[in-house]
Order: sequence, then structure tokens, then C-alpha cells
Amino acid sequence: MSDIAQPPSRKARRFGNIALQAGLVAIVGGIAYAAMVNAAQNLAQAHIASGFGFWNNTAGFDISQTLIAYSSSTSTFGRAFWVGLLNTLLVAGIGIALATVLGFIVGLGRLSRNWLVAKLAAGYVELIRNVPLLLQILFWYNAVLKSLPELRDSVAFSGGIILNNRGLFLPRPEFAASFRYVLITLFVAVAAAIALRVWARRRQEQTGQRAPLLWIALALIIGLPLGFTLLTDLPIRFSYPQSGRFNVLGGIEILPEFAALLAALSIYTAAFIAEVVRAGVLAVSPGQTEAAQALGLRPGTTLRLVVVPQAMRVIVPPLTSQYLNLIKNSSLAVAIGYPDLVQVFAGSVLNITGQAVEVIAITMAVYLAISLVTSLIMNLYGHAIAVVER
Amino acid sequence: MGDKPSARLIVGASGARLLLKGLVMKRFARALGFAMGLAILLGFGTQAASSQTLKAVQDRGQLICGANGTLAGFGLPDPQGNWTGFDVDFCRAIAAAIFNDPTKVKFVPLTAANRFTALQSGEVDVLARNTTWTMSRDTSLGIDFAAVNYYDGQGFMVRKSLKVNSALELNDAAVCVQQGTTTELNLADYFRSNNMSLKTVTFATADEAVKAYDSSRCDSYTTDSSALYGERLRLADPGAHIVLPEIISKEPLSPAVRQGDDTWEDIVRWVHHAMINAEELGVNQKNVDDMLKSSAPDIRRLLGVEGQFGEPLGLSNDWAYRIIKAVGNYGESFERNVGQGSPLKIARGLNALWTKGGLQYGLPVR
Repeated sequence: MSDIAQPPSRKARRFGNIALQAGLVAIVGGIAYAAMVNAAQNLAQAHIASGFGFWNNTAGFDISQTLIAYSSSTSTFGRAFWVGLLNTLLVAGIGIALATVLGFIVGLGRLSRNWLVAKLAAGYVELIRNVPLLLQILFWYNAVLKSLPELRDSVAFSGGIILNNRGLFLPRPEFAASFRYVLITLFVAVAAAIALRVWARRRQEQTGQRAPLLWIALALIIGLPLGFTLLTDLPIRFSYPQSGRFNVLGGIEILPEFAALLAALSIYTAAFIAEVVRAGVLAVSPGQTEAAQALGLRPGTTLRLVVVPQAMRVIVPPLTSQYLNLIKNSSLAVAIGYPDLVQVFAGSVLNITGQAVEVIAITMAVYLAISLVTSLIMNLYGHAIAVVER
Repeated sequence: MGDKPSARLIVGASGARLLLKGLVMKRFARALGFAMGLAILLGFGTQAASSQTLKAVQDRGQLICGANGTLAGFGLPDPQGNWTGFDVDFCRAIAAAIFNDPTKVKFVPLTAANRFTALQSGEVDVLARNTTWTMSRDTSLGIDFAAVNYYDGQGFMVRKSLKVNSALELNDAAVCVQQGTTTELNLADYFRSNNMSLKTVTFATADEAVKAYDSSRCDSYTTDSSALYGERLRLADPGAHIVLPEIISKEPLSPAVRQGDDTWEDIVRWVHHAMINAEELGVNQKNVDDMLKSSAPDIRRLLGVEGQFGEPLGLSNDWAYRIIKAVGNYGESFERNVGQGSPLKIARGLNALWTKGGLQYGLPVR
């Protein structure tokens, strides 16, 4: 009978879904807009300056580490924002690279059959991940600062490297015009290495023979430009750091704040990555290893070609979370005076302009953007290594 | 075409009016009455001289004062948890004027970075935290400064072993500084205008900046010179450090209140001037009771024996008597906290009375 309620047609359901979602978006957008208008009104009522006009005003304060040109007298608050952002990206980028390498070593080490290595790795993980990160940052900062010598007792390494409690000072390379030939050589070497890899893979598919690809590629990429550099009359000159009355001048300066933050972030995150790696490797069925060994692969090759590629599929999603944690944790820089985004922008700029709402909103949006881009890259990587069904 | 719907609406409305006339009119009258009542209430609220902040403080039974918390001489809890200091005394004076009890204050320790937000958001009633009165802060932060209670200037502290005698010798030096302060800006200005370069190391709190200086991260620590003397006492070896003679900026320190509550601002301003006037007139904590019998008209007005100067502020007329009885006059508070009676031993200098070559000048109570 026609009394029985017909389920809505697929089209109607789809329309309903879209309408529901559009409604939700409209409500969320409306609330956000109302909050913005409300905040602007309240600020105006309280006689607090609002708007983004401060962006182009002269900053007037100094920053200890600037990757782009910055001067307190001419640069704007906007420029200070970029300086802070780049400092955040620098410590986060290097931190992610170090944490990944260290994390993989410790994670695989914990699975080692060597008792000492396994226990050392386990001890590392348990010690590091159970101590709050802020304490570790303060530990590294105070340990680094207190143990390093003062300026007059600076340690001078060969090659013009100077170390004291003001930082590590390296010679700054200055490139002559002829250096571009070295770059061209490097480019050629990289191209040759890629071509070699394509050829090696094709040969392996056809004949099953493997070429010692890594060593040849390394020899090409390092050896070729280096050889070229030595043949010509050294297109690189170094400007060496000099001890001044108060400080070491010239050269590349690595601040103790940067070193402490980088060490703490990498070591802390590595402990978590180690566990992620261990879980990933354990998730690969032992049958895979046994099958590889039955085919005659050596343990190292088994790990590299059979276990790790499969483990990566399990590792990548939680690894992404650890990367995001590291990026966000870098804002703890504020505790030791490393001029990251939060310290420079949500610190000095906020206080000088007094525009807390705008500055905090921008800072939050930036962290959101960095995190989303990182997630996107990691998701793309995850897709690239996903199981290909044949 | 456009007329039709509205015409229909009118017809509909008139029909409804015919039907529900009595009910609607009654409801309308009630709504109107309520709105008028609200308008009258609001009108009173804005016209009467009473202060919202004062009322909130009185209802709460306690003043909430934003103070420093880590600066000896200005705001620091002692080991027993009792707050002491020059700015702390100022808040106690306000509490004494309101409650006749200087202990009815809750102190909230603030950093240079979060002090203005705390005041703006209403977390504290008054900000007495060695804060420099600048034009941009006064005009764009939604706050008002009441009265300069300490004329200060920025100075430098260095290790004696550096053998530096002037700030002008600090070219290329590393300087530790606290973030969110006028100090941070003056430092950059000073080095730039003297064609010197520097390495600034900025920390979020004075505590961290001083610690870093103490562990030789910087050659010099810079802040308001009054604070330098206080911070020097916290170093591992205070005798190994000197304060350089240069004063590189004007730092008029003033308590601040939220903009828009003028009566509250008046109260805070006159608490300061009562303390200055008391010193000018020779009224102090010890002799204030005897002074009630004084025949000098200035003293009689100040102590509320004559005139009704407290009432327009929403206070009692003996408001200034209460302040002096509880915390003493300006000079007493100065000497006790930062002057000769304290470990800091700071000279009165600019903060002497105008009659003694300083800048402190009590506005007349009359």
C-alpha cells in the first residue's frame, strides 16, 4: 500500500545533505562574523586601538637572530613578523630532520637483537618522553650556557671555529663569481645520479642484478664538484670570525638559544618517533622477513627493501602528528629567549602595539597554516607509498 | 505591484488589531514602561559621579592590584608571603582610603608582557607595576595613567671585570633586556644614535634576562635604573657588578587604570597627591593624629577636618588621614622601600619634593 513511508530518493537525500552542510557553514560563519564585529565594537568602546594599521609601522626593537635583512630603525612590524616566522621554520625544519634520523635509529635500535643496544634505546625512550619538554629546554639552555667557556677562554677549533657561551661561530663562506661553475658541476652530478638510478632499476628488473647505487651516487655528487673546486683556484673564500672586545664578530653565529631549543626539540620528539617506528616495524608480519631471508637477502637488505617500506605505511600517519607537535612545541622558545614567531610577534610586537586580538589571531592562523601544509605534504607522501594493488 | 503586499499587510494588521486590541495595548504599555525604566536606570548610571570600579571594589571587599612580584623595592612578596615595595605601598594606600584597612588588597604578580592585558580585561583594578607613561600607551591601549609616582630613567649594569666606565664604550656588546618594555626600544635607539652596534638578547621576563646576564650570556643588563639596583642584589655576587652613570631615557613610572572610569582615575591620582601633600606639610605616620588638631588650613583640608573633599570621590572625608595613618607620606614610603631605609639606598634625586630640587609636586587639596 502507499501508506508505507518511501525512503527519500537518492537525489533528495543528497540535496538534504548539501542543505544541511550549507546551513552549518552559514551558522559557523555567522558566529565567527558576529564575534569579530563584537570584538571590534568592544575594543572601540574600551578605547583600545584595533585594525592592522600597525603592520607597516617601524618596529624599533632588535632581534638577535635574523635570516633576512632587518634593522630596528627602518624595518616594520610586518618585517619582524617574517623574521620570527623564518626563525620558527628554521628550528622546526632542522628539528624535524634531526628528530627523524635519531628517532629511526633509536626505534630500530630498540628492536635490535643486541641486548645492550636494545636496552640503551629503551632507556633513552623512557627517560626522554617522561620528562616535560619545557624542563628539557631549560636543562639544555642552562647546561649549554653554564658549561661553555666565557669569551676570553673561548675554545678555538681548527678551521677558524670558535666556541664560547655566546654561541658557536663558523667561518662564513664567500663565493667568487667562478663558483657558478661548481654549481653547474653539482647539477650535472645530480642529473647523472638520477639517470644512473633509472638505469640501475631497469637493469635490476631485467636481470635481477643490483648495482652499488648509493656509493656511486655519493661519489658523483660530492666528488665531482669537489674535484672541480680543487682543480680551479678555490672559488670559495672564508671570512673567519674574530674575537672582539666583547663578542666574536663576523662569521656565521649559532646562538646558544637556538642550539638548546634544537637539541631539546629533536631529542624529545625523537623518543616519540622511535616508538612510532618500533610499532610500524612490529606491524610487518614476521613472515615477510622469513620470506626475504628464504630468498637469500641479507638482514640489512631485508630491513631496507622489505620491512621498512611496508612499515612506512603504518609509520607515516602518527609520524605526521609528531612533526606537528614539534612545530607547535617550538613556541616554547619563549622560555629561553630564542626569537621565534611567538617570542618576536606575540611578544615584542604585541606589547609595543598593544593589539593583542589581532596579533594573537595572526599567530594562530600562521601555526594553523604551517600545520596544514605539513599534514598535506605528509598525506601526499602517504599516498605515494600506499599499497599498490596489482 | 509593489503596493499590494504592504496593503494586504495593513489589512491584516488592522484585522488583528480589531481582534486583539485590548491585549496588545496592555502588553505594549508594559514593554514601554520597562524600556523607560531601563533608560532611566542607565541615565542615572552615566550621570551620577559614582565609579563602577569603586563599587566593584567595595562590593568585593578587596582591591585587586597588578604588581611586579619579582622586583625588590617595588613589588616582591617576602618569604612569609607579605607583599612589600613602593608600588605595593601605593595599592595599600588606595585600600586604606577606601576600606580604612591597608591589608584589603590582593596582589596579582604581572610580567611586563601581560600587564596591560590584565588591566584591559578587568583582571586588576589598578596597575601599579613600575610602568612607564608613554603617549602611545596612554592613547591606544584603552588605559589612563593617574600620576607619576617615580621619575626613573634607563641605565646599564656591567661586570666590573669588563673595565667599562661608560655606556658609550659598549660597542658590539651583548645586552640582555626584558621584552615588552620601553627599555627594549630605548636600547635600540641609544646604540643607533651613538653609531654603535649591539647584540640584543631578549627575554620574556626580567627574571630570565637577569639569570642569563648572571651566567655571562650578556655583557650588560639594561632596565630602569631603579630596578637595576634591585636586580643587582639578586645576582650571585652583587659586588662584582656596577651600574654605569648614563641615564639614556625618561621613564616616568605611573599607576594606570582603565580608560572610561574617570572617578576611579581621580581616586588613584589623589591618593598619590595626598601622600605628596602630606610630605610637603610635614604630616607623617607618627604625627598624623596630632596633626588633626593643627590650625594650618592646608593640613585641616588634607586630613578632612575641614571641607568635604572625599565625598565627590565616593570616599569618606578622612580618606587622606587613613592613607597617612596606614602607609605614611610619600617620603616615608620612598625611604622605607627604595631609599636609605632599604638595601637599595637609592637617593631621592628627581623624586625629591619640588621644594628640594626634585619633581614631586603635590596638587593643592582645596
